[in-house]
Amino acid sequence: MSFLSDGFLYLSLPRFPRRAGWLYEEKELHLRTKILKTRKAILKKHDSMMKETAFTVKHIALGAKMHEFAGYNMPIEYPTGITEEHLCVRNGVGVFDVSHMGEFWVKGPKALDFLQRITSNNVAALAVGKVQYTCFPNGRGGIVDDLLVYRYEEEKYLLVVNAANIEKDWAWCQAHNSFAAELENASDHMAQLAVQGPRATELLQSLTDLPLSEIPYYSFRTGRFAGVDEVILSNTGYTAAGGFELYFYPEYADRIWTALFEAGEAYGLKPIGLGARDTLRLEAGFCLYGNDIDDTTSPIEAGLGWITKFVEGKDFIDRPFLEKQKAEGVARRLMRFELVERGIPRQGYEICNAEGGCIGRVTSGTLVPGTKKGIGMGYVATEYAQTGGSIYISIRNKKLEARIVK
Amino acid sequence: MNIPENLKYTKEHEWIRSEGEIAYVGITDYAQSELGEIVFVEVETVGEKLASGDVFGTIEAVKTVSDLFLPVDGEVLEVNADLEDKPELVNEDPYGKGWLVKIALSDAAQLNNLLSAADYKALIAANV
Repeated sequence: MSFLSDGFLYLSLPRFPRRAGWLYEEKELHLRTKILKTRKAILKKHDSMMKETAFTVKHIALGAKMHEFAGYNMPIEYPTGITEEHLCVRNGVGVFDVSHMGEFWVKGPKALDFLQRITSNNVAALAVGKVQYTCFPNGRGGIVDDLLVYRYEEEKYLLVVNAANIEKDWAWCQAHNSFAAELENASDHMAQLAVQGPRATELLQSLTDLPLSEIPYYSFRTGRFAGVDEVILSNTGYTAAGGFELYFYPEYADRIWTALFEAGEAYGLKPIGLGARDTLRLEAGFCLYGNDIDDTTSPIEAGLGWITKFVEGKDFIDRPFLEKQKAEGVARRLMRFELVERGIPRQGYEICNAEGGCIGRVTSGTLVPGTKKGIGMGYVATEYAQTGGSIYISIRNKKLEARIVK
Repeated sequence: MNIPENLKYTKEHEWIRSEGEIAYVGITDYAQSELGEIVFVEVETVGEKLASGDVFGTIEAVKTVSDLFLPVDGEVLEVNADLEDKPELVNEDPYGKGWLVKIALSDAAQLNNLLSAADYKALIAANV
């Protein structure tokens, strides 16, 4: 799910010389002094235009480092820092404010036809109460966005899209709604918290009578939670640490947050920022729209063939092109890798073969808090794209060996 | 924000402490708090003579990479070896155990061109 928006990068204020990475663009190195003042002016102006989630005030009160992300004023990390937050989710339980995500309802007798046309996965196979990971192919072989589809009722679906793409996705859905399915953009009327970690279910169960252990992965139930009705409890997440994502009306945000932290004290519950959200998703090997997939990468290249279903009767956007790609193969593939040597791969670094020739580029990378392993992903020429194979990441003046992993 | 009086500073948020012809260089308390947890320090210029403003190494936080600039002309004599296993020393003690490199000054008079504690304090006040 999305993390990066162009706006975020462009408006970030370089208060310290930075060269690459997630918060700051490479070109900033050259620009930084000259435009520092301009940036500051823009940022100040932008501050007043930034959207807030129902929890923004709480993040600030907790001392979080706040930053613009996808138009929202979001917590990047809390005072304890990314490492502790990362480990808290891996070993205990943490809560992320993900209210910036977009939500669209698709309703009516034509909802299924519309979704079968616009998404790559087979929505006909999705039962009520189940969730599906999918993408919008863009008609040019790339991806408009990746998203979750919830079959909420027989003829009512909920789409959860990346915050940075809400406007683009909404325009895309409307432009391709020749079926006249009923569409509603509920993004401003839904708050979302992700409660993640091995102890998440236990904590959440203490606040609801819904039998959470009976909700399998990629399934959801709606019911009463912390005294609030109509809360969607979805066994999904972006961490591979277990846990649920909760959707509710923003007016109950206070009540739910307070209940979570009261009950969470016994479990060591901590708030987690977008920084650890990124290290956790990278460790889990999940793609991030804007980094690893975008309008120029095909789902087949990105290893998303498993959500691209060429089933009978599903005439989705780009089907002929993607079917051809799948049959004939692609020239590059998105692969995950771990550095064998000490170092940290970053977005934009070259991937080389043993002879030093360029065979691809890193799309995401980090040092994993805890294990301190340098990991990443990137597009690699298909002849080198084999699990267990050696590639070399060009980091400054060195080529560091990395192993391709599943 | 801790800004010791006895050090000289740069606009790039480095500090320098001279002891005769020798000096120690690190990043400021403000810089470390802005960067967040430091996870990697790489200096491969030991033995090299560099000019002021030259990049002598890089410092990496979980999410960012930053170049390190030498405040004055000099030869890089030594890198703080403790940082290899404990880069977090830069966060914990930026002016002490978290020093980055030891250099031989080419011209000690250049120190006079750098920012005083008061100058540096004004600089970061303008940034915040």
